[in-house]
Amino acid sequence: MFKLRRFLKKYKLQLIIGPLCKLTEAVFELFIPLITADIIDNGVANNDVGYVLQKGGLMVLLGALGLGFALICQKSASIASQGFGTQVRNAMFRHINSLSYQEIDKFGTPSLVTRITNDVNQLQLAVAMLIRLVIRAPFLVIGALIMAMTIDLKISLIFLVASPFIALVLFLVMNRSVPFFKSIQKKLDEVSLIARENLSGNRVIRAFSKQQSEEQRFNEKNDALSRSAVIVGKISALLDPLTYVIAQAAIIAVVWFGAKFVFHGSLMSGQIIALVNYMTQILLAMIVVSNLVIIFTKAFASAARVNEVFETEPSVKETNRKEIAVDEKSPAIEFRNVSFAYEKNGYALKDISFQIEKGSTVGIIGGTGSGKSTLVSLIPRFYDAAEGEVLVNGNNVKDYSFSQLRNCIGIVPQTAVLFSGTIKDNIRWGKKSANEEEIARALKISQSYEFVSKMPDKTDSMLIAGGKNLSGGQRQRLTIARAVVSQPQILILDDSASALDYATDAALRKSLKEETKGTTVINVSQRVGTVRYADQIIVLDKGKIAGIGTHNELIDNCGIYREICLTQMKEEEVRNR
Amino acid sequence: MKRAKFNTVKRILCYTSPYRSRLIAAMICALLYVVLNLTAPILIGDAIDHIIGQGKVDFSEVAQLLLMTAVSVLACAFFRWLMGIFINAAAYFTVRDMRRDVFRKFNSVPLRYIDNHPHGDLISRIINDTDSVGDGLLQGITQLFSGLVMIVCTLGFMLFINPYIALVVVVITPLSMFVAAFITRISQKMFREQSKTQGEISSYVEEYVGQQKIVKAFRHEKISQKEFEAIDERLRVCGQKSQFYSSLANPCTRFVNGLVTAAVCILGAVSTINGNLSVGQISVFLTYANQYTKPFNEVTGVVPQLQSAMAGADRIFEILDEKSQIPDGKNSVDMEKCQGKIDINNVSFSYVPEKKLITDFNLHIRPGQRVAIVGPTGCGKTTVINLLMRFYDVTKGSICIDDVNIKNIKRNRLRSLYGMVLQDSWLYNASIRDNIAYGKPDANMEEIKAAAREAYIDHFIERLPNGYDTIVTEQGANLSQGQRQLICIARVMLCKPPMLILDEATSSIDTRTEMKIQEAFNDMMQGRTSFIVAHRLSTIKEADVILVMKDGNIIEQGNHQELIAKQGFYYHLYHSQFRS
Repeated sequence: MFKLRRFLKKYKLQLIIGPLCKLTEAVFELFIPLITADIIDNGVANNDVGYVLQKGGLMVLLGALGLGFALICQKSASIASQGFGTQVRNAMFRHINSLSYQEIDKFGTPSLVTRITNDVNQLQLAVAMLIRLVIRAPFLVIGALIMAMTIDLKISLIFLVASPFIALVLFLVMNRSVPFFKSIQKKLDEVSLIARENLSGNRVIRAFSKQQSEEQRFNEKNDALSRSAVIVGKISALLDPLTYVIAQAAIIAVVWFGAKFVFHGSLMSGQIIALVNYMTQILLAMIVVSNLVIIFTKAFASAARVNEVFETEPSVKETNRKEIAVDEKSPAIEFRNVSFAYEKNGYALKDISFQIEKGSTVGIIGGTGSGKSTLVSLIPRFYDAAEGEVLVNGNNVKDYSFSQLRNCIGIVPQTAVLFSGTIKDNIRWGKKSANEEEIARALKISQSYEFVSKMPDKTDSMLIAGGKNLSGGQRQRLTIARAVVSQPQILILDDSASALDYATDAALRKSLKEETKGTTVINVSQRVGTVRYADQIIVLDKGKIAGIGTHNELIDNCGIYREICLTQMKEEEVRNR
Repeated sequence: MKRAKFNTVKRILCYTSPYRSRLIAAMICALLYVVLNLTAPILIGDAIDHIIGQGKVDFSEVAQLLLMTAVSVLACAFFRWLMGIFINAAAYFTVRDMRRDVFRKFNSVPLRYIDNHPHGDLISRIINDTDSVGDGLLQGITQLFSGLVMIVCTLGFMLFINPYIALVVVVITPLSMFVAAFITRISQKMFREQSKTQGEISSYVEEYVGQQKIVKAFRHEKISQKEFEAIDERLRVCGQKSQFYSSLANPCTRFVNGLVTAAVCILGAVSTINGNLSVGQISVFLTYANQYTKPFNEVTGVVPQLQSAMAGADRIFEILDEKSQIPDGKNSVDMEKCQGKIDINNVSFSYVPEKKLITDFNLHIRPGQRVAIVGPTGCGKTTVINLLMRFYDVTKGSICIDDVNIKNIKRNRLRSLYGMVLQDSWLYNASIRDNIAYGKPDANMEEIKAAAREAYIDHFIERLPNGYDTIVTEQGANLSQGQRQLICIARVMLCKPPMLILDEATSSIDTRTEMKIQEAFNDMMQGRTSFIVAHRLSTIKEADVILVMKDGNIIEQGNHQELIAKQGFYYHLYHSQFRS
């Protein structure tokens, strides 16, 4: 938590003024019972109406001043805490942007979203409370104790005995119920999981006629949840009555011993009333303290989660930010003995070496999990190779700046994702300055011109997050348009026709071939039809290269390739050269 | 509007009726607790009145009064505790019942409802909205009810002791309520703005962090950072305002309370000087004045919570009021087996009345025939399956199995006649074994293993550390899409139903495994009427009937040879696959 202090630097002024004002207000508040006692013991006892009015006026004045100070404090608290939160969020977002995919995978998007929203909110609240209450509440407790002491030292002993008891009750009740809150949250997650499963799998559930057993499964979890909630309710229900009893017991004791002291002449009855009021103040302040403890426990947990993000170092680092010279004659892409492993899972790629000439078309084929996507992810440096070197235009990819490297590569990822905004906005991701003609050209190449023209707002049609208002095939075609609009030197298509039917797929491949001459195209696919006419086909099997060559060469020399072919077409079609 | 609100309250109360005795007990406890809570200060005040000054203390009276205070304090605490217990149980059990009913509704509404509503919204109703109803009930009784009782009783007591001072308190205190209400009104506007912006931030992060690869690939980091900071700045501004305004409530009401205290002190002291009040009674008034303002604050604080409870309840009842699918008729057939003869007679169907989809569709399938459905993406292949399994009802015409209209067959029976594998492989959060045995929970391990073997997933499962007991996680992170699909196939292999529906059943499986699976399917399809939806035409060529669909219509129908000979849409589709 203290590591996040740096984000508070800008708000030093608020951090000092806020608590000071709050403290002043608390001091005023502490004087009230004292003035009450004065009114009764001096004003009433001496039948002095003027004195009463004077002291009463003082009370109102103190109240009004207190209000003023409190407002200054609340204002400082809101400025500092919201400003703090905003800075933390900005810094987190920037840091997340610098992380490589590997680290983001480790956290998972939902977790990062929670961290940047809920966790930062918790911290914000803690900062606000730090300013507003952290000083005030304990001060009120201690102040009330001291005031009680100034009235009568011996009677104030009752306070010293009662306060720890109240603290103990607060602690015990919270200590018992907090773990339950966690388990309730878990149970609630389970209930919502079953509900979600039943919505997403409703067809399957109905097809298997499992409605009743699903209901039973749900009811079990739901019952468990309500049972836990009731137990927590029982524990928390103790809090108020117990603290009330302790505080009232103390008040009874104050009156009883007070009576004795009054009898002996060392105390006045108005002072007893003041003491009773202080006891009430202590009780109220203690409850505030207990809430603070909860808020700060949560904030500490949140701070740890936020710091975890900040402390994660990007594994792919940009070491050079300048343009470097490229060798025009060297191959577009070269892999030299490259190996790669995701954490713990063993090698995803092992000892991969190949060269891709400029302007050629390369197919990469292999079964699920053979490492195709991993292989192409190394080219734009989404990940760094564990061993060996990846070269683009003759330079190691690590020597490029991110922008120079990625500017020359167009990528169509496996999952077709678009962003909320217009179609035009999305295509311009590829080239910020793209004009209407360039966009139209990209749409035509990707076979999306027709359906976009049919939309009411054409390229200005709005897409929702993820482009979910389009069909899978339409999305996929737009992601291709996005990649080709900048006319990149290298175009990577990562299984990007999987949602297209064969007719569209074929038309797409034809136009890509005609329109992107000079571009090095890498086509990752499971379909033989997509790769068979490539200049070079790389066959991957379990992270290793099983063969490299043209379709005809591979049919003759590569068993795995032949097998893949035969599953997709007839013998004569395979041989059809 | 008022009436609608009244109805919602009535229905919520209806839900609490099984726990009515608890609720009534809670209210009685609340009443007792409030009265006792108000008695204690009076007794203390009385006691103080017997403490007059040096040598003038009536100890026996003081002792007696303090004893009575102790008793009433204990009783008060006891009833307060009881109230908590009763109201907690009643509220949480009501929430449980609501959840149960909403969940049951999920399985009884027509599938159309679930398809057409965002699942996140439905989940939020079953989780969050029920919660806010529960909170509303809890607060409604503990704060609102006891608060109101407290106000009425305090007022009564104060009037009884001294009507003039009581009047002053009555006049000043509602001030704090007005102030609080005013502040709430302003801050609520800000809050709405804030939570809207907060939502924007969440979805922005979700979108851009979730798709980092693309952000990086297109070097969009700087732009997105700028966009994010712009939203964040808006959040800061409205967050600061809403926090400031809402934090005003506390000091402002404290100020009003201070005014009340001062007024009571002055008036009380003056009255005492005039002999209309005792010193002890001033203490009572001071305590009351505090107690009287507190419930006002609480009551105002509870209002937004009650509002959100009402809103939540409305959303829950909206689901519960949704029409359930027409229940199976009394005379519906309990068909356990079937030959697999299917007749589709003059069927018309559309999802929305304005947009016609299938019109006058006729198809007659003999037992054991294979029917393939092909066509471009989004042509309505899945619609046919929706109709066959009666996920949706036809608008016109009829579908018959073995000459029985499917509307006259019990739904669950009808569906169990089909084995279904869908494109998006749905598994639930349980062991792999349970997932395979989903359609046949009494299957023994041997059968399960055999099914896994047929689906070519047995080796993979056995290699997992926990084998068949491995738990499938929600996002299925421990299984690839292909492996999930294979488990779904094993699930159907185990049931061996009389008919099969394979909707892109092998779309995520690599072609070599698919080849082997296809053999298993071929064995299974032997003698079983089957429907196959696929992109890969090679897997469809052997079908007895091929339905070619485009834009929701069946445009061609026949076997492979016939359709090729026709040189129509299918012909082009088929040829585009192999020619580049």
